[in-house]
Amino acid sequence: MLAVQALKRASWSPYAVGAAIGVLSWFAFLTARRPLGISSAFVRLVAWIEGIFAPAHVEATPYLAKLKPLFDWEFFLVIGVALGALAAGRLGSIASSERPSGRRIAEAVLGGFFLMIGARIANGCTSGNGISGSLQLALSGWVFFLSIFASGVATALLFKKEVR
Amino acid sequence: MFEPLPRLLLGLLTGFLFGFFLQKGRVSDRRVIVSQFLLRDFTVMKVMMTAILVGGAGVYAMLAAGWVELSVKPAHLLSIIVGALIFGPAMVFLGYCPGTAVAAAGEGKRDAWWGLLGMTIGAAVYSEFDVACTRALRAPVDLGPVTLPQLTGVPAAVWFGALALFAWFFFRWLDRRAES
Repeated sequence: MLAVQALKRASWSPYAVGAAIGVLSWFAFLTARRPLGISSAFVRLVAWIEGIFAPAHVEATPYLAKLKPLFDWEFFLVIGVALGALAAGRLGSIASSERPSGRRIAEAVLGGFFLMIGARIANGCTSGNGISGSLQLALSGWVFFLSIFASGVATALLFKKEVR
Repeated sequence: MFEPLPRLLLGLLTGFLFGFFLQKGRVSDRRVIVSQFLLRDFTVMKVMMTAILVGGAGVYAMLAAGWVELSVKPAHLLSIIVGALIFGPAMVFLGYCPGTAVAAAGEGKRDAWWGLLGMTIGAAVYSEFDVACTRALRAPVDLGPVTLPQLTGVPAAVWFGALALFAWFFFRWLDRRAES
């Protein structure tokens, strides 16, 4: 009963969630022999879509060609993240049907575009570099973590972005 | 084309738990992420630091026992800093990082769907410039897959101890200030 109540609660303590993600990373290292990561799955998606329309181009682009096979552990991990968040939201009775404005859509598309450009230049995102890299005490992970924090804080304070 | 089915299901299960935790931690909420960058709400930092401490202590213990191997990305410092300086501001405007955008999209947040579209286009554009990026940004500064203990000679346990101590006092100070 206690467990069911916890699943239905709208949110958990950030420390409990952090510890759970930490234990999940042990699980990933033990079972998949890989750390948690998200952003390279998007390159696999692109390789698959472009492969349908322009297979020769994919073969000629080393970055896309080297990421085969397409459907790997990390690709399914990303699908799982969407399903897990859906389940958690439903259990916590959180409904989100807010229609984004045109301005917000433009912001999201452009933000997403540059987010992925940055993640691929840095060879990893908040998961692969920020959490998985930092927990292994990787120099690459900590440099990434501190740099996104500093540049994000500077951007937010500079533009005094109001949180609605 | 496919990895073996059990491994794919393992990925799905790991991802399901990851997404579940992210949503319960409120980090699939754009307001929580932007508030972190405005230094008003430290939920994101609390989640990340606890994950790093718990995850890292366990992974290094399992490494000592010979159960796991580390998977460290090379320290191409120039490309990491350039990428991060694009990533950080983009995260403020999108309001999500890649993982939390996927979580928010799964939860039904429509702005995150548009974010995923932008991210996919970004991945497509980047793939055209990877060779140039490696030549211009990765080759100049490559320290290899180095960890802080290897670089400094200070053992992992000391790093985690110091981080835990810092996190403990910093978050306790924040939480007490919030209460008063």
